[in-house]
Amino acid sequence: MGKFIFYRVLQAIPVLWIVVTITFFLVRFAPGGPFDAEKSVPPVVKAALEAQYNLDQPLISQYFSYMGDLLQGDLGPTFKYPGRSVNELIATGFPVTAELGLYAILVALVIGGIAGIVAALKPNSTQDYVSMSIAMIGICMPTFLLGPLLVLVFGIWLEWLPVSGWGDLPGDKILPSITLGAMYAAYVARLSRGGMMEVMSQDYIRTARAKGLPNYMVVLKHGLRGGILPVVSYLGPAFAGILSGSFVIETVFQIHGLGRFYVQAAFNRDYTLILGCTVFLAGLIILFNLLSDVVAAYLNPRLRSEVGSK
Amino acid sequence: MAISNFDETEVGQSLWQDAKQRLRKNKLAIFGLTVLLVIGLACLLAPWITPYGYEEQNLGLGATAPSWQHWMGTDNLGRDLLTRVLYGGRVSITVGLIATGVALLVGVTWGAIAGYIGGRTDAIMMRIVDIIYALPFMIFIVLLMVIFGRSLLLLFLAIGLVEWLTMARIVRGQVQSLKQLEFVEAARSMGLSQWTIIRRHIIPNAIGPVIVYTTLTIPNVMLLEAFLSFLGLGIQAPQSSWGLLISAGVETMEEYPWLLIFPGVTLSLVLFSLNFLGDGLRDALDVRASKD
Amino acid sequence: MSKSCSLSSSACSVFAFIQHRYMTMHFSFLSWHAKGVLILCATLLLSSCGSGESRVESGNRDGVLHIGNFAEPQTLDPHIHTGVPENHISMALFEGLVSAHPKTLQPIPGMAERWEVSEDGKTYRFYIRKNAKWSDGVSITAEDYRWSWERASSPMMGNQYAYMLYIIKNVEAWGNGTLKDFDQVGVRVIDEHTLEVELENPAPYFLNLLNHHSFYAVPRHVVLAHGKMTDQYTQWVRPGNIVSNGPFMLKDWKIYHQLTVEKNPNYWDADTVKLNEITFYPVENYSTEERMFRAGQIHKTEDIPLDKIPYYRANEPEKFRNNPYLGTYYYQFNVTRPPFNDVRVRRAFALAIDRKTIAKDIMYGVVDPSYSITPPGLSGYNPPKLVSFDPKEAKRLLAEAGYPEGKGFPEVDLLYNTNESHRKIAVAVQQMWKNILNVSVGLTNQEWKVYIDSRNRLDYDIARAGWIGDYVDPMNFLDLGLSSNGNNRSGYNVPEYDQMILKTIPEASSPEQRLEEFYKAETRFMTDLPFVPIYNYKTKYLVHPSVKGLHPNYLDYYYFKYVSLEKEGN
Repeated sequence: MGKFIFYRVLQAIPVLWIVVTITFFLVRFAPGGPFDAEKSVPPVVKAALEAQYNLDQPLISQYFSYMGDLLQGDLGPTFKYPGRSVNELIATGFPVTAELGLYAILVALVIGGIAGIVAALKPNSTQDYVSMSIAMIGICMPTFLLGPLLVLVFGIWLEWLPVSGWGDLPGDKILPSITLGAMYAAYVARLSRGGMMEVMSQDYIRTARAKGLPNYMVVLKHGLRGGILPVVSYLGPAFAGILSGSFVIETVFQIHGLGRFYVQAAFNRDYTLILGCTVFLAGLIILFNLLSDVVAAYLNPRLRSEVGSK
Repeated sequence: MAISNFDETEVGQSLWQDAKQRLRKNKLAIFGLTVLLVIGLACLLAPWITPYGYEEQNLGLGATAPSWQHWMGTDNLGRDLLTRVLYGGRVSITVGLIATGVALLVGVTWGAIAGYIGGRTDAIMMRIVDIIYALPFMIFIVLLMVIFGRSLLLLFLAIGLVEWLTMARIVRGQVQSLKQLEFVEAARSMGLSQWTIIRRHIIPNAIGPVIVYTTLTIPNVMLLEAFLSFLGLGIQAPQSSWGLLISAGVETMEEYPWLLIFPGVTLSLVLFSLNFLGDGLRDALDVRASKD
Repeated sequence: MSKSCSLSSSACSVFAFIQHRYMTMHFSFLSWHAKGVLILCATLLLSSCGSGESRVESGNRDGVLHIGNFAEPQTLDPHIHTGVPENHISMALFEGLVSAHPKTLQPIPGMAERWEVSEDGKTYRFYIRKNAKWSDGVSITAEDYRWSWERASSPMMGNQYAYMLYIIKNVEAWGNGTLKDFDQVGVRVIDEHTLEVELENPAPYFLNLLNHHSFYAVPRHVVLAHGKMTDQYTQWVRPGNIVSNGPFMLKDWKIYHQLTVEKNPNYWDADTVKLNEITFYPVENYSTEERMFRAGQIHKTEDIPLDKIPYYRANEPEKFRNNPYLGTYYYQFNVTRPPFNDVRVRRAFALAIDRKTIAKDIMYGVVDPSYSITPPGLSGYNPPKLVSFDPKEAKRLLAEAGYPEGKGFPEVDLLYNTNESHRKIAVAVQQMWKNILNVSVGLTNQEWKVYIDSRNRLDYDIARAGWIGDYVDPMNFLDLGLSSNGNNRSGYNVPEYDQMILKTIPEASSPEQRLEEFYKAETRFMTDLPFVPIYNYKTKYLVHPSVKGLHPNYLDYYYFKYVSLEKEGN
């Protein structure tokens, strides 16, 4: 297992390098530069700005100097916010988004997991349909709809919870977490139901049942372990997806997270901020994919040998 | 019981016939299929269902609640909502089917190959998936638009390009665990060719999660279309789609709730039906579940 | 307060119900899950059982104004920032040499207590207050202004508003980099508190310009402590570093979260300032902002979603503000390629737009239909009205241009940046052109930067555009038609027109003469018609009734020093 992790970490280096390189050139070829604005910028001013950020150098030497800084962990200055570094922005935004993502995953696991398992225990019964239909709400209602709707009901009409903010007013973390979690709950429910049913029809479950183990013991000992397998392999990318995709929630709820930085950076053509966020998220994606593979391997003994052999 | 899996001459043909029979017995799945067909047909026959054009405005009228003239009401340019939902459905359904198809084709193939071959090939293929995952999607789309101009075909391609990644990961995981199961090993020891094993044993067994994920991908794709249209890649006004109608409806949900409710309910109806159908298909195709 | 406490008890009963359901399901193994949910929810809800007072209520009590400010400020350096959100904050932090009346925008003393103008209107002498101080107590001198204007117009600075200072003698040459010595520009320090400025040409609006952030003084001693004069990447504007000379000073700045300013005790007119603090929230989404307003989280919004307007107008008119705003929304033609290189085609398209319907039915009457490129009410100037809604004439012109009944008209597109109201207007105008001219125009929406790029490269047929004035003078709108103006973006290049704007008008012998020349220039511009005016902007936003003294004005500038909060207002 240690060897497996070591090799995967080793593989991460070329992956990151390719991601950085592609992104570096990709953003440069997108139309509109960081200093293009509604009001046209006089050539003298533009030249001065480009000189301040080394954009007047040949692209290839910019690339090498960026890579040099990157190796030392310096993601450079942002173009949009003079005086701020990309490192600083990520350091402010990431903890917020990570916290939001964590709560959302919890919500998704609790709601989705319960719904999926309950459904899988009696497939094609009312119990199945009702729990799966509840889980489906998160898919039928995209976040940009569910968010405002929840705010309207719980924030404006009932006045139970704050309509926006993160850590500003008591209880303001509840609605964003539920909104973001709801969508993933639906996925978790579907995947865990599918996985459970898959497992429950396996021979060893039959054997266990034949041995006279009570139903809940079978579920607990064997079913659950196999049933959450697809969920676990989904969680890695899902968490990474939450981090890069929390933009809508962060906008609707006015949360100062990384998602807003990232998307605004893309709109602003803030080259260094786009690159910085991309590199950072790529690292996280690799990390979480690795984690979910490792956990999946632990849960599935048959895979362990496969993983171990690499 | 597991023996039946080895009976190659039968499995290949009877799998689909059995599935068809089982599907027919599943009332919810049939219900889902019916709803999908009705909505699909309505979108197709839109010009014969409503007397209005989807771009036809009545600025003086503005937004009005549902009435005999306008069953779903009108939007704030005075356009008939029913007409716009039906024409929007054409876009959404086409995008949903084609983009999901692309994602399915690429994702399943990629994942199955990576999972089955394993080793170095697997590592390289999955790292490519990681790389594409990490690229800034929005910039990528803007570039695509600039280089190729905007077209509906490009829209499908762009959506397919992001949606196959998760599919590939899921299929790979499934295949990886399946190939170690006894019946696959037994088939191998019986000297069956790789391709036969993949076709006869791996794909039928991995199909459950694929169907489940596909039914989850379609709504995703339909909503992604709205975002791409926002970036200027997708369809252009006055055309619309369910995703665009809903995102416009959200903005006015207190003032003109019907502008959100009707497209929202239509989309939900389709998604629920898809899920019922997907579940039915999954159960029908599951070689093991059938033995209960 | 009681409200949110009663919430947790009723919410808990909901969760108790859920637990009950799970227990009856006979999956005892699930109960620990359910318990986990309960504990999680209970903690979250308990923590929500805090004070029920809204921010508006506590703000009214403590003299803290909470306002939605659209976007995260780029920077607080007045020589770098360009946007409206930054300007709002800057106006709280800084004050110009000359300030302006909050309603009429007429020049009133600011950092300078008085000034003298020479006979020829070209030389101004400013007398800076003896008690003018930075918020750290350091005195403000004439040299501060000289140094700041050198910085603001320096070619090294990259100030996008540097051109505002070109009105001063020789600054343009200095800003271009052709003049290397700032001592040769028309800014002279007479003594510690006296500054003399010489202009290139007499300009009646010069005193108004001094109220613009590009003319603000920055604290030399602080800027230099954190870097060189023209560095963009410096920490001087950070909390703890920055000092300012306005009614407020920076207290706290959390990026993408909130920015707070507090009363500046060293401000010369500190007695007038009634607020203790102002907190600015960067809320990009207008719907979110409106919900925050309704929930009592902010006193004032930056904007309001169009479709909310009828509700507020009918039910809470005291909260809705809608005032003239110096700006024009227009469509522009690419005059460099067919079919819009033909003035008859341009005119036909312009006459087929029903501006009244757009203003009334699409914009809910919160804007005024516009028939000239300069907005009304610019210091005595009455613009000519040469476009109107005239379907018959439009059809005739199109036929004359060789497209009777739209026959044979090439495929053209209307370009706009992605935005709900731009889209609505474009769809409506598309329909008008279809109905009246029988011409099918395609619509293209593009993401903001792509849209700017397309316009810069003249890669469009018709494009949506808008211009918000920086100072109240027709020049600010009519110079858009200059062939050398980067904001022209239509390919309009008429040497005669350039001559009028660059020579005739600046050298006009009297203010009356100047207005007459403006009229001639605009008549020429609106006859050539590279731009088609659609409407004049108006501000639209929500303000809590407890906010007093936030006066509307043509530039939508906020003079926070006059603002107060009424405690009993709710």
